[in-house]
Amino acid sequence: MKRAPTTLFPQGAITTGGQEETAPSKTGITKIQELVYELKIKQVMTTPVVTVSPETTMGELKEILRTRRISGTPVMERGGLVGIVSIEDLIKALVQGEIDARVSERMTPEVVTLRAEDSVIEAVRKFSELSVGRFPVLDENGHLVGIITSVDITRGLLQAIGLDYHEEEIQRYRASHIFEDILSDDTSLILQYDIPCRDFERGGEASSKIRRALYHLGGNPQTVRRVGIVAYEAEMNIMIHTTEGGKMVVEVQPNRVRIVATDRGPGIEDVDKAMEPGYSTAPEWIRELGFGAGMGLLNIRKFADEMHLESAVGVGSRLEITIMLNSKSNPLNRSEGCSLR
Amino acid sequence: MKLREIIHILEGKVVSDHANLDVEIPCAAGADLMSDVLAFGRPGAVLLTGLTNPQVVRTAEIADMAAIVFVRGKVPPPETIALAKEKGIPLITVPYTLFEMCGRLYERGMASCDL
Repeated sequence: MKRAPTTLFPQGAITTGGQEETAPSKTGITKIQELVYELKIKQVMTTPVVTVSPETTMGELKEILRTRRISGTPVMERGGLVGIVSIEDLIKALVQGEIDARVSERMTPEVVTLRAEDSVIEAVRKFSELSVGRFPVLDENGHLVGIITSVDITRGLLQAIGLDYHEEEIQRYRASHIFEDILSDDTSLILQYDIPCRDFERGGEASSKIRRALYHLGGNPQTVRRVGIVAYEAEMNIMIHTTEGGKMVVEVQPNRVRIVATDRGPGIEDVDKAMEPGYSTAPEWIRELGFGAGMGLLNIRKFADEMHLESAVGVGSRLEITIMLNSKSNPLNRSEGCSLR
Repeated sequence: MKLREIIHILEGKVVSDHANLDVEIPCAAGADLMSDVLAFGRPGAVLLTGLTNPQVVRTAEIADMAAIVFVRGKVPPPETIALAKEKGIPLITVPYTLFEMCGRLYERGMASCDL
């Protein structure tokens, strides 16, 4: 589907978990790292396992490997694992003209195994530690339940990522196409939040919900972060300073988010002074909690594209903040990194 | 530097469960002023602070930070731990001062979060 040029989800800014078009796929790697820990060996191993007995000849083994299209197999005797034999052992036997030798003479008797319940990271570690191509997998009772090769790990990870990606995509697609699916000359989504006063523990709940809503709508992480920060500062201002609480109305449009925070008092005596760094009328207990240092409005100005504050003592305040969603010119929309020493 | 390594360097203790300690931390910030955390915190960074109220977790969430370290042996109250659990942000307590903790990480090459 073709998207309008100005959209909440500019091409490339749609994300499957955090990267912008210019940034390398850092979160993609993180996702795989997570999966390597989350996935269990039993979820990726090959099962059932083709096995041979110690009495099998190398010639018979050749046929088994060829017809089953495998490169090695555990050797089982009376239900117990006694060795492992691979295509390498077969090649050596062929070269030495010992095609009639028994598997028991050519196999590796000391077998390193993995447990079905262990996470895939264990297998990754073992593969990098030992130069072997496959590990038999045992259950908690020591019974052979599967076999794992590096191909199994790769396939398992790709499948898991594919599933996650597919589910996420469907959800994101539904939410993020709301502006295209609903036809009008000008579509806005209005979210309204009531902000309590002096209820410190609940401070920030609205901003957290706003963030989540924007993520669902497919906003890119940098933009969602900016909106979250300005909303949080505005929310904390209402929570700290007002006598009756207030409300925040968030208007989401394809190309911008506008937040209007209003309250019914007590109002700001000197708006210009309130904008000065470090100027604050917050009580001591608020300062002890890490707020009220007179930096909130400055932060809003820093992260917003536009901000407008008006206030009347005894009436209340109205703070209007606009964040453009595709303002590539805004330095805060760049992918953020850390200073290097 | 991985979170696991940071905890080791700081001799810290994880106070919230099910934390992924193998997450890579790009930089660190030490602050007790939440507006500073919002202004200078970086996504994925670790926050070192002397405050333990739930708003510290909220602030870290809003600033997309990955973990919080409480200095001088402070143990966060249950409501802070509950919110951290909900948001999936690991909490760590360390016995030493903010100054020393920042120093140890800086000495080991941890980058500072700033613009």
